[in-house]
Amino acid sequence: MTLIRPRRKISQADWAAYMQKREPLAKDPAIQRFFATPPPSLDTPIGEVPMVALDMETTGLDERRHAIVSVGLVPFTLNRIKMAERRYWVVKPPRPLDEASITFHHITHSEIAHAPDLEAIIDSLLAELAGKIVVVHFRHIERPFLNAAIKARRGEGVMFPMIDTMSLEARLHRQKLWARFRRWLGRPPVSIRLDASRRRYGLPSYQGHHALVDALATAELLQAQIATHYEPSTPLGALWS
Amino acid sequence: MDVELLEIRQHMGQFPPFDGLSDELLDEIASRVEVSYFKTGADILTLNETMTDLCYIRSGAVEVYRRQGELYNRLGEGDIFGHFNLLRNQKVRFPAKAIEDTLLYFIPLDVFQKLCEEDDHFADFVELERPRLETAAEQQKKANDMMVTRIRKLVTRYPVMVEESTTVQQAAQQVSQSQASAVLVLKEGSTHPRYSFQDSEGRTWQVCGILTDSDFRTRVVAEGLSPQTPAGDVVSPRLITIQSDASIYEAMLTMLRNNVHHLPVLYRQRPVGVVHLSDIIRYETHSGLYLVSNIFHQSNVEGLSRLAPDVRAAFVRMVQEGANSQMVGSALSTIGRSFTRRLLELAEETLGPPPVDYCFMVNGSMARNEQSIVTDQDNALILSDDFIPEAHDAYFKALATFVSDGLDACGYTYCKGDVMATNTQWRQPLSVWKSYFTDWIANPTPERLLHSSIFFDLDSLYGEDLFVEALQDLIAEQAPKSPLFLAAMARNALNRTPPLGFFRTFVMEKDGKHNNSINLKRRGTAPMVDLIRVHALACGSKAQNTFQRLEAIADTQLLATGMSDKLSYAFEFMCMSRLRHQMIDLQEDRLPDNNIEPENVADSERHTLKDAFQVLSNAQKFLKFRYPIPSNRAGR
Repeated sequence: MTLIRPRRKISQADWAAYMQKREPLAKDPAIQRFFATPPPSLDTPIGEVPMVALDMETTGLDERRHAIVSVGLVPFTLNRIKMAERRYWVVKPPRPLDEASITFHHITHSEIAHAPDLEAIIDSLLAELAGKIVVVHFRHIERPFLNAAIKARRGEGVMFPMIDTMSLEARLHRQKLWARFRRWLGRPPVSIRLDASRRRYGLPSYQGHHALVDALATAELLQAQIATHYEPSTPLGALWS
Repeated sequence: MDVELLEIRQHMGQFPPFDGLSDELLDEIASRVEVSYFKTGADILTLNETMTDLCYIRSGAVEVYRRQGELYNRLGEGDIFGHFNLLRNQKVRFPAKAIEDTLLYFIPLDVFQKLCEEDDHFADFVELERPRLETAAEQQKKANDMMVTRIRKLVTRYPVMVEESTTVQQAAQQVSQSQASAVLVLKEGSTHPRYSFQDSEGRTWQVCGILTDSDFRTRVVAEGLSPQTPAGDVVSPRLITIQSDASIYEAMLTMLRNNVHHLPVLYRQRPVGVVHLSDIIRYETHSGLYLVSNIFHQSNVEGLSRLAPDVRAAFVRMVQEGANSQMVGSALSTIGRSFTRRLLELAEETLGPPPVDYCFMVNGSMARNEQSIVTDQDNALILSDDFIPEAHDAYFKALATFVSDGLDACGYTYCKGDVMATNTQWRQPLSVWKSYFTDWIANPTPERLLHSSIFFDLDSLYGEDLFVEALQDLIAEQAPKSPLFLAAMARNALNRTPPLGFFRTFVMEKDGKHNNSINLKRRGTAPMVDLIRVHALACGSKAQNTFQRLEAIADTQLLATGMSDKLSYAFEFMCMSRLRHQMIDLQEDRLPDNNIEPENVADSERHTLKDAFQVLSNAQKFLKFRYPIPSNRAGR
């Protein structure tokens, strides 16, 4: 986590205004279309919100030095995760892949060699995300990497609200009084990594590090979190960040 | 295929009915599932809502209910539900609720329909009870051990052999004397290594051919040859043989392929016997035959009791070979009857001829020809009405004791309910027996009938079988006309009920409680036998065997169309399950019993057993409704 630099935070209430402001300024048609289709407002009940779980595999944690190698997404609602509408892309990073990240991702040189540059998928990717709330586990990867990658190729970046299942988990296990008490006792903090979080809800273990499988795992986790700690009527604004 | 779907398809591919699907169909399902999470206590399907997906449990546990809220099933990882609803107008008739935090895969209706159309196994699985039970019952009759048993097992004696110079008349005489049906013709010396061998005196012989009964007709008599013709002149030069280590199946194929009925069996090049087609047929149809003839060759109880391991071996072999429950049941009953009959013969040898006529009657499973390897003895004596207790009973008491003790020594333990001819009450003249049955039928109460219902399975084993027939006639005449008797029998038939099914490693009861094992006789086959007996009594059938009773019932309007088939499949499956588990017990050197442990029940067997329990449960409900306590007696 030490690699993550503090970034400018956009406060919750600003999201609608931010996106509205970006739309007329956008020069790229795909980006303009994206901002012209804003996600539901912050008072929409979560049960009515169209969502899309997103996961990326990257060559590292710093968007200035590392690149995206694969993107997986699966649209869903609180009721259903639709595998039929899943999307998955492998993309070729501008710099060659090093051996370590190959073993980490199960993505091979030959897969990458035949893959297109991220540029080729930006239009489809933005179309999939438009009008939906993006759900990720640990937003400090997806948000800056996507912003940087699009900015490098289209001259302007893309920022949008996200539900971060990791920060929902942190609220429950890291910021409560009980969590501080545990810390005071010297106990290790409860793990809020994807697999450990899923286990707390009785969700099965998946083979990690595949962007689509992790996107599915994230969508399932959010369904479980809402079913356990919130209501379908909980407003979106209480969950996004 | 898409590697990202691997998680989903690998999981589904482990569980029936998906485990039998092609990779293409599995991929299609995985790419189309919709996923949803349900918290403990959450409703998954609510009554009468429209549903469009088959539900698959990826993790967690689910309870399914009947419309009235009664528990229908408890399901775990890898189980499916909702297919009944999908097959019937897609309205929820069986609501479902998560009883643990549960992750479900929903398989859309069009994919479900495609699976039903393209995969017969899948379609059978999701359809209602009958087809699955039917398929399962039929699959049990699979290829048997004809493929592995060697032909030498059928060779019982040395072949009849003559030299080529022997006249056909002498050869025919030798065949007759040996009660054989073929003779091998040999010549001394060897012209070819094929079929040449050395005898014990070191002389070399060569088999030049075989002469069979029909050869004597076609090659000698029909040709008008002299009886003095040397055998060597008439043998066919074409000799079809088989090696002694070939399988029985290969031997049969060799016979069929070459259109011969006799097959010389060789060990290397030496003839060791001749097998006839009928030997193979006999092996196939009467696996217990050898054992039965052996029983009748024993001259005392010790000799008989030494055959007990052979009975177990014959049982294991039959189940392994894929015999159905009727074959096993009737073979074991035949064996049990042979033991009893031989003991009676031995008793008469010791005690002298009986002073008056008698019939040794068997009851319970032996009367029904449905014995298993775990069985006790149930028998009685029906004596001639000339019987005078003071003068004759000592003889019959001694006879009954001899047989009963003998049976116990042979592994047929004493009856715990004392239903044995040693009990004075069950050693009575025909007229007394008639009054017993008349009284049971005319003045029934469930309590009184509880201990006498075993007598309503009755068959003659030895002696004057007209006595038992008279009782069978009496029952068939009076029972259908006695609604109170039928109601009391029906009530007793409901005393033991099946469990709901299995859940993980437990047997699940209807109230949702768990047990570690289930007595398949007490909770399955016995209540089924009881239930079918009531219907058989109601229709005046004299059949004793449960399957034959079902056939008799099917000829009447007593049950809805197809119901007796359903009962028959369910009964067959429960019986086979019980036999299979007893076979496993024997193979693992455990005392066989009627218990089965859920962890030893394969997935497909679980589903089919649950269906069978369901058939039984429904049939019990119908029984209660069909034979009510008559209203004029209900108030008493």
